[in-house]
Formats: sequence, structure tokens, C-alpha cells
Amino acid sequence: MTSHDTTASPATSAPVPRPSSSDALLSVRELAVHFPTSDGVVKAVDGLSFDVHRGKTLGIVGESGSGKSVSSAAILGLHNPARTRISGEIYLNGVDLLTLSSEQMRKRRGREVAMIFQDPLSAMHPYYTVGNQIIEAYRVHNDVSKKAARERAIEMLDRVGIPQPDRRIDDYPHQFSGGMRQRAMIAMGLINDPSMLIADEPTTALDVTVQAQILDLLQDLQREFNSAVIIITHDLGVVAEMADDVLVMYAGRAVEYGPCKEILTHPEMPYTWGLLSSVPDVKGDTSARLVPIPGNPPSLLNPPPGCTFHPRCVHKDKVPGDLCWTVEPRLEPGQRGPGHTKRCHLTNPDDIYATEVLPEVAPGLVEES
Amino acid sequence: MDEPTLTTTPADGPPANGGATSSSGSTSTSGSAAPHRTATVPHGEPILEVDELQMYFPVKSSGIIRRTVGHVQAVDGVSFQVPAGGALGLVGESGCGKSTTGRLITRLLTPTAGAIRFEGQDIARLSPRELKPVRREIQMIFQDPYTSLNPRHTVGSIVGAPLEIHKVVPRNKVLPRVQELLEIVGLNPEHYNRYPNEFSGGQRQRIGIARALTLQPKLLVADEPVSALDVSIQAQVINLLQDLQREFDISFLFIAHDLAVVRHFCPEVAVMYLGKLVEIADRDTLYNHPHHPYTQALLSAVPDVKQAAIGGRRDRIRLEGDVPSPINPPSGCRFRTRCPLAQEICAKVEPPLLQIGPHHKVACHFAGEVGQHPTTPISASVLGVDEQGNQKPEAASTSELGSQPGFSDTWVDVHGHRGGSGATRSS
Repeated sequence: MTSHDTTASPATSAPVPRPSSSDALLSVRELAVHFPTSDGVVKAVDGLSFDVHRGKTLGIVGESGSGKSVSSAAILGLHNPARTRISGEIYLNGVDLLTLSSEQMRKRRGREVAMIFQDPLSAMHPYYTVGNQIIEAYRVHNDVSKKAARERAIEMLDRVGIPQPDRRIDDYPHQFSGGMRQRAMIAMGLINDPSMLIADEPTTALDVTVQAQILDLLQDLQREFNSAVIIITHDLGVVAEMADDVLVMYAGRAVEYGPCKEILTHPEMPYTWGLLSSVPDVKGDTSARLVPIPGNPPSLLNPPPGCTFHPRCVHKDKVPGDLCWTVEPRLEPGQRGPGHTKRCHLTNPDDIYATEVLPEVAPGLVEES
Repeated sequence: MDEPTLTTTPADGPPANGGATSSSGSTSTSGSAAPHRTATVPHGEPILEVDELQMYFPVKSSGIIRRTVGHVQAVDGVSFQVPAGGALGLVGESGCGKSTTGRLITRLLTPTAGAIRFEGQDIARLSPRELKPVRREIQMIFQDPYTSLNPRHTVGSIVGAPLEIHKVVPRNKVLPRVQELLEIVGLNPEHYNRYPNEFSGGQRQRIGIARALTLQPKLLVADEPVSALDVSIQAQVINLLQDLQREFDISFLFIAHDLAVVRHFCPEVAVMYLGKLVEIADRDTLYNHPHHPYTQALLSAVPDVKQAAIGGRRDRIRLEGDVPSPINPPSGCRFRTRCPLAQEICAKVEPPLLQIGPHHKVACHFAGEVGQHPTTPISASVLGVDEQGNQKPEAASTSELGSQPGFSDTWVDVHGHRGGSGATRSS
């Protein structure tokens, strides 16, 4: 049960569990994104805090509608201010992005923080050549001639592994295959050498062999440019192979947050357990039934009282009283030390996980630790 | 409430291939072959037999006179069997022809060549009128629950339409039957009057499943039934499909790109690449002892949650480049342009789908387990060519090799050079 994590000392005399926000490249504090609609306020993201450091990768996991993409769009300042209420703080290189004017934000977008979208076919304009779109992205932030920008674009396309980049630069997006389009998107995102890269489901639309190529590329480029990366995905396997830290989101909130190895080998939140057990394993027992999370994700217009996960939680009986129904748990450290936070009332999640959940999820995980 | 309500078999019951009980003698493994534990593979009579199925879509030139300038060879000489009550998984990357194969079997498309024998009857060339009774037996579950349901029809009319078209029950009995079906798939039967947009993605997929079940089909072609759903909902739908298979003894052709889901659902799995079957085997053999380099690369590319305990990326077999165009596929073996093992023979001679184990066929000249691929082509002697793939003058090519849909009792022993017995072994 002992963690080899250095932060596991029980006497928490401020051992700085996670490096403080000052040296993080991106630091999000209490971010809330609300959309007022005629039916009420949709609380897409609420009370979200996390840090990302240079050269590190944060994986954000959750189902559709859990607020993963909404929060990344908030970091890029992509929400329409007239229809969105955003509060909290988003520090990038020490500057709170939420206090900037749209003109100031525009200068940073693409240069300091860039995004790779899920579907490169719809994220690229079908009417312009791939090259022109990349060149435009470069010239917005750099006062260079078209010729120089084109050379730089060819160089980038070559770097992301597009064959014959000097010829393919004049192709239209539809002439590229899915994997090549995603490479071109990455070239566009990285052409201004941003310190922060947000990849929103970068490989969901791709086949596994191509996915492996793109993940390799992202990792190589991250090492080369020492950039911070947020990778948003629903695939825990991708997170396990790519991320240093993991943030699990449910119904617009962070429900579990900590180092990747810690979260995926000793999860403490029943929702994370559910995610792990509902995916069949490539090596697991084929006669075992999958254990789905019952029910559906809640409406964000009218989230359930107390813990937002309690209507689907199979472990809520283990919490005394009606705590789960009435009091929303805070995101706080559990049994495993301050580096690993979770939003759950269970007091002994490790025991429940070890005895009840792990045998269901994957017996292979038991061997570790 | 959203849980499937139909569980009659306990969770620890027999594995997914519920209906199959008979097991013929050829599962006995012997000699130097890799350890096969194939007792769970159903050996019943095949309900569906696909023989040398071929689908070429014409490519037309632009201009006023639109001549055919080529063909998209979407499916090219695919043969397999689906055992009664069993499930065959069809995996491959996008564009490999797996969905086209499903659409051919449901006869949404007419194949350009080959046979589709459903319960012994070739349905490949039937007219729409002759097809009507067959359509009751073969139904399809579609990938996208958002576009495969008519938004202007209520759930009741969507699920009830097959009953009225085939006049299975009298008009006044349609509604009770629809409600029964909705209950089977875990939906509230009172919701028959609602429209698809009032349901979530998982619920819509349940509606699609109810519609497919309406006529009590014997074979369900499930084309990526869960890939559009969130992970927590995927498990619900997979469990529902397994319950239905046990309950109603339905055979499945399960088409998906998610290797873990296919492994969980199907006792037998076929891998496609660019219109061809490259490997077909029972799931233990395919996932633990894949012999085709493409299958090996595919399996090694799947990200694994357990990697978190180790950290970093898993070692994988890297495939370079993209899938070639099916309009102009590579000569010889279609995988050779991306294959780490490719040699001269691969460009010259197409590898036959050779049976190399009791339930294992593979189409590769250098088939072998990872790191143990043979150095000389295993198929050369069978094909009557030398090691560079040149035709030997004396040997006539036996073109029929491996084209039979099922498995035979004899197979080529590729491990022969280890154990040292003859080229062909019978069990």
C-alpha cells in the first residue's frame, strides 16, 4: 500500500505537493464557464483548477459533455463573450488571459497557445490549400514575406512527416488522407513555436496504426520544443502512454486529479473506476462481462444535488447518511497523500478499489505495487 | 433503469458463443504447432458462408461521356464463415472494406462476383422480390445512431415498420409487439410515441437494435455498433448485444475497428487489409499468436491503460505511411508497401490465405510469430514458385488454395522447420 511517490509523507508540513502555480506555464484556477440559455444556465465547467508545466503533458479524460473541450476553448479565448459567463483565472506565462482584451488575446492565440482540433477535415478550410492556411497562421504573428513564410511552412510539413512537402503544400485538405491532415494541423499549430499546445481528441478520428504515428510525432515535437501539452481524450490508453498528469472530468468538474501513474493504478473515485471497468482489455478474460456505468451523464442545466455522480454511483451506500445526495464533495487529497486529489465522500476508496473493483477491472493491474 | 433487463443467463455462464455446443474432432492439437486452446470456438453448421466475395466500384471519368476509368477494389476475394449462434469479428482500418462486406451480406449492395450462402442459399444474385424473405433473417445495426433513425418518425413507427412491411402480426398487435421490443432492449415501453431526438446516443442505439430485432433475424450484421458511443455507454450496449445473442441464439457478424471490443465479443476474428482477408483465427490464437505482420502491428498499436504503471510508450511495430489506394493496389501482397518483412516474392506473388493451424489462416509468405518470421517463404512450395517468387516451370499453380470459406482438417504446418515433420499435417 505504500506509495513510492515522494509526496506521500503523512505529516503535511507544506512539502509542496505539486509545484506551486508560480512556476507552472499554464495555471488554471477556479475556472467556471456558464452558458445562459432560455432554459436556464448551463454550467458547462465549474471550479476547475489545474497546472501544466513546460515539457509536461496533462491528460484530460471524460465523456462527451463533461466540459473537456469547453475548458480548453476558454483557455484559447474562443467563447463568444456575449453568450458566455467565464470566471476564475487562467495564467499563461504569468498573465491572466481572462483579463486581456480580445485584441491582446488574438496576439497570443496561435503564438503562445495553439490548438489541434479533433476533426482536421472540418477544422481546415476546404477552399484554401493546406499551404495557404499554414502560411496565414505564420504571417499573422510574423512580419515576413510570403516566400519566407512558404519556406517555413514547407519546413514544418517536412518536420511532421509529410512526404514531398514542397509539392503537397499546394494540395487542398481533401487531397490529404486523415493522418496527413492531422499532421498538417499539427504543423499549423506548431509553426509559431507555441509554449502551450492543446490537442483536443487529436487521434479519435484516426485508425490505430495512424494514431500511433501521430502520438509518436506529438511526443517527439514536445521534446524538441519543450512545450507544455494538454491532451484531451476519452481513451484511457492514450492517456496512460502520453500523460504525466491526469485530470478526470465529470459533469463539468474535476473529479480526480494527480500524476498519471498514480491515478491509473490507484484510482480513488468511483467514476474513474467505472471508466476503467467499462472498457474491455486486449488481454483480459473474454468470458467476463463488462461492468458499465449505469445510467446516462446528467444534464448540465439541472445537475443533481450533492455529488453530481451519485445517481450513477454504485458505491454511494458505503457513505454514511445522505452525504452523497446533499453535500457536494470537495476536490481534496485522499488516502494516498496530497499529490492525488479526488472529489468523493468515500473514506476508504483504496480498500474498496483493491477488493471490489480491481478484480473486475483487470487482474493484471494487481501485480504492480 | 437503463440497465439491460433481459439477463437470463448468469454472468458467469458460458462465453459469448452461447449456441454452439457441438465440437468436432479437429480441435485436437498435436505436434509442434503453437499451443491452441480452441475448445470454445463454435463448430456448428455455418449459417453464413461467404465465398470469394468481390465488390469493385467503378470509377468514372469526369466530363460529358463518363467512361469507367478504373475500379475501387473495395472487397476482393474474401471468404469466411459465420457459425450458427456464433460471432465473427471483422476488424481493419478505415477503407479496408469491412463495412462494404457487411453491406454486401445484407444485400444493400450487389457484389460484382462471389457467393453469399445464407443457410445454403446463394443470395448474392437474388432480385429484390426474391430477397424479401431473406431480409427477415438478416438485419443490420448501423454505426451512427444519429443518422440511421428517421428524425420525423416516432420510435414506435421506426420499430414497427418491419412488422407492417412483412405483415408479421396483425395491425392491432403491432404496438404491443413494439413495446415488448423496447422493453427487451432496455427502453421504457411507454416512450414509443417519442422522436429519436428525445433520446441520448446510447438509447438511440438501443432503438436501432430493437428495429433490427423486430423480425427475429437469425443473423445480425453489426457495423461499428458502439464506436459512436461514450465508453461508459459502450459497455451497456455490448452487454445488451451479448444478452440478446444468448437469449435469441442470433449469429453476429461484428464489424469494428476497436480490437479490444471485438476480442471481447467474438470467439473468431478476421482481419482485413485493403479489401483482402489477411488473417482469420479464433480469438486466442489471433490475439496471442498473430502470424501476419499487419495483425501484429495493429495489436501493438493499441494504447494500453496498463502502460501507466510502467510509464512511457509501449514498444510497437511501427508502420510507415498510409494505406495505399484501393483503385490501384500494390501488386502481389497488398500489405508489402508498409510491411517490415517485404521481399521480392511479395511484389510478384500474392500470398494465398493458407491454413496453418486448426483454426488459423494467414495470407503472408513469411507468416510467423513476432520475431520468429521464417526467412524462406512458407508458401513457395505450395504455390509452385521459387523463393524469389518466379514461377517454376514444372509446377502448375494451385489457385484454389485457401479459398474455401471454412477450415479444413488438414493444414500447412509452418512450424515444420522447427519440429521437422512434413509440409502438410493432418489431425
